[in-house]
This record gives sequence, structure tokens and C-alpha cells, in this order.
Amino acid sequence: MEATSLQRTPLYARHVALGARMVPFAGYEMPVQYAGVIEEHRAVRTDCGAFDVSHMGEIHVDGPAAQDYLQGMLSNDLDKISDGEAQYTLLTNEGGGIIDDLIVYRLAHGQYLLVVNASNRQPVYDWLKEREARGTEVRDASDQYGLVAVQGPRSIERLGLSDRPAFTHELGKIDGIEVMISCTGYTGEAGVELCSADEDTEALWDAVLARGATPCGLGARDTLRLEVCYPLHGNDITPETDAISAGLGWACALDTEFTGVETLRRIKEVGPTRKLVPFVMQEKAVPRQGMRIEGGGEVTSGTHSPMLDRGIGMGYLPAASAAAETELEIDVRGKPRHARVVSKPIYRKEQ
Amino acid sequence: MPAAESYPDDLRYHPEHDWARVEGGEATLGITWFAQDALGELVHYEPPEVGSAVTKDQPCGEVESVKAVSDVVAPLSGEVLEINQKAVEEPEVVNEDPYGHGWLIRIRVSDPSEVESLLDAETYRAHVADQ
Repeated sequence: MEATSLQRTPLYARHVALGARMVPFAGYEMPVQYAGVIEEHRAVRTDCGAFDVSHMGEIHVDGPAAQDYLQGMLSNDLDKISDGEAQYTLLTNEGGGIIDDLIVYRLAHGQYLLVVNASNRQPVYDWLKEREARGTEVRDASDQYGLVAVQGPRSIERLGLSDRPAFTHELGKIDGIEVMISCTGYTGEAGVELCSADEDTEALWDAVLARGATPCGLGARDTLRLEVCYPLHGNDITPETDAISAGLGWACALDTEFTGVETLRRIKEVGPTRKLVPFVMQEKAVPRQGMRIEGGGEVTSGTHSPMLDRGIGMGYLPAASAAAETELEIDVRGKPRHARVVSKPIYRKEQ
Repeated sequence: MPAAESYPDDLRYHPEHDWARVEGGEATLGITWFAQDALGELVHYEPPEVGSAVTKDQPCGEVESVKAVSDVVAPLSGEVLEINQKAVEEPEVVNEDPYGHGWLIRIRVSDPSEVESLLDAETYRAHVADQ
């Protein structure tokens, strides 16, 4: 019964044909894996993988007042990006909590595109729409676009593109299909995210796979992002957690005025009472979300790292005991297991 | 490489997707192809201790993949004689060969009559088809 209420991306039939294991995620039926999480993970670290991220939300904010309006809504300094550039930023509430983390693209003067987490599409849209200023229009266009992330050291070469700086975007074509090519991603690897018209998504996916990208599911997406300590909204950051404690102060321009900035300034000034830190298990065990950390902490994300072949995770710890090298004890289903706080990222490619 | 789906005729099966190979008063236990496929590539096996008692229908260890953790349910009661160190050190062997090199523990069976309550391969295949 539940399955009937789930939405499907334009690539649903492709996933099924590829033998993907489909799971419910953020209201969509999504592929968690095709051949296997570890194999897909390695493909992205060593070559090139393709992810269907069409479930993510796309919200346009347009109008002569759009820049000032968004500057007041988003944590980062929007004035720093020009046409053709993008920025990682946070939508914050009055308490400095994180409604969503997102990427804002400046398409042109007075034209912005926000790519938001699938599970936050409605809350973000509602939040922005309720506060829509005169001279701005907030429009949910999520159903008009498909989005395919192509990630890994050989992505650019396989797609026949030229190297571009990170966080830039432009219109282009992949094998004749019109796309917005943006140099962004969620894996810690070089690569692009390709945004197409909804009806072109299957052709785009086919073209990307024909160029040798390995289809990758949400399972690998999670292990990849956690190895490089990218937070996952809903796990590591939420409307109840603030950016400073989460280590996202770098994405907050505290000299600008945005919702909740006073709270964040205060936390920054006195120092956060807890911090989100990465850790690596020192014995065989896989940490999982919700596990207790001895001394008053909790695991917010945990998995097995395919590159380190160890359990890894992130969690909030009291600030006084959150320094790198701190020894931790994690309650893994009743058994104390040793871990160690590390500095970011957990996995770093050998140079 | 993951193994192809199979449920050998010489094994007995527990509906929670574990198998037993009964030989004299001892049994070798493991998880079925169906169980390892549902979990995906195993990254951790937490075995019981040698010498400990396991009880039919109760957990006797854990198998864990990147995405999920699952109890291993004992198909029979007995005392643990040996654990498969290879499965501890290289849990992917369970995916590759669930009924051979990927066995989990060997026990001394404490109640041989329990064997009769386990499913034969044909019945278990039908059970899996219903899942």
C-alpha cells in the first residue's frame, strides 16, 4: 500500500531495468544500490559514477529584489557570487537552526536557483514563500527538472568536458542534450551535476552511462559523503542544530543580516557547548545513527568506510572533549567499542 | 563475486534465513543466500563466543552490511565448538560462498529432536518465494 504513495523520478524505469534495489527515500522510490555499495563507492573514488538525484528540489527565486531577499534568508554572503557561480549556504530559522543546507546558483542578475534536499523541498518552499518580499517570486520547479550527478576523477574526461573551477555553472550539451553543467557534488571527488529538462533525463542518463559512468545508488552516496565529512540534513544537521556547533561557521557570513544571525553570533562569541566531529572506529564495529557516545554524545551518522575498511561516523560531543585524537567509547548495541576523533576529512586521497 | 542463488538439498533451514548442516551430534550453521542478498556485502560479523550456549530461535551473533545489521538466529540449540575466523576477518566470504567457506559457527547439538522442526530445502524455497 505504501509503495503507491511514493513518487518516482524520470529514471525509475532505468533503475529497475538495471536491477537496482529500490527503497523509499524522502517520499521517492530510489535506487539504494545496483551491483553493490562498495563496488559503486570505489568506482567514484577511482573513476566515474552516476547518481540519479532528480528527487532533489529545485526552487527558483526571481525578481529585482531577489538578491536582497535571499541575502536575508541565507547564511552565506550571496554578494560574493556572480552570474555563473554557485555557493553552499544554509537556510536558517530564528534560533539559528538549519532548515536546510543547499546550493544557490546565480543564473543572472535577479535570477537564482536553489537546489535543496528532497526531504526539505516543501518546508523550504513554504518558509520562503511565506516570507516572499515585494519584488521577488518563489517558485517550486522540482518537477520540471531531472538531475544527474557524475562524480569521480575521470568524470570530466569521460563526459568530454573541460576543467572548470568548483562552484561554477554554465549551460552546455552532453551528446546533444541541453543541460546546466555545474561543478558541484556530494562525494569529495571532482565531477559535475547535470540538470536537464525532466523529459530529457532518460536520454541524459543513457548518454552518461554510455560514456562509462558506473550507476551508483544512495548507499554509495552516503558512504562517499561521510568519508569526506559532508553533513546530511536530518542526521547531522537539523532545525534544532546550529551551524557553529555543526562546524559550518565557514558557510555563515556573520557580518551580514539573515534569520537567526544574532543567535549564531552569540554562539560563536562564547563558543559552542558541543561540536559535530568525525571519528574512526579503533576496533571492528560499525557505528550507527542514534548510538550513545560515552561522556554525553551521540552518533548522528555512521557507516563502514569502503576506503578505510573501518567503521566511521560523525557525532556531537561536548566541546571540551571534541579535539582530534580524543579517545571515545561508543555503545554498539550494548557493547562498548573504541573510536578516535579525527580531523576532517576522514578519508583523504593520497597525493 | 556474489554467489548465485541456491538452497542446497542436504541442508535444513530456519524460516529466519539460517541453515544447518547436521552431521552426527554436531551442526555447522550459517545464513542463507537469501539473507546475504537482502543485506548486501557484509562488512562485519560479530560471532558468539566459543563454549557459549546458543538457543534455537534466539540470536547467536550479528551480520552487518554497509547499510544494515541483522541478528543471526540459531536454527538449533547447542554449545559453540568453533567459529569461522575467515568470516570474522573477511566477512565478504559469506556473500561469496554462504554454504561453504562462509559458514559461521559449528555447534554440538543439545537436542537432536529440534532438527525435525527445521524446513527442508523445498519448503524453504517456497518460503523464500513468498517473501
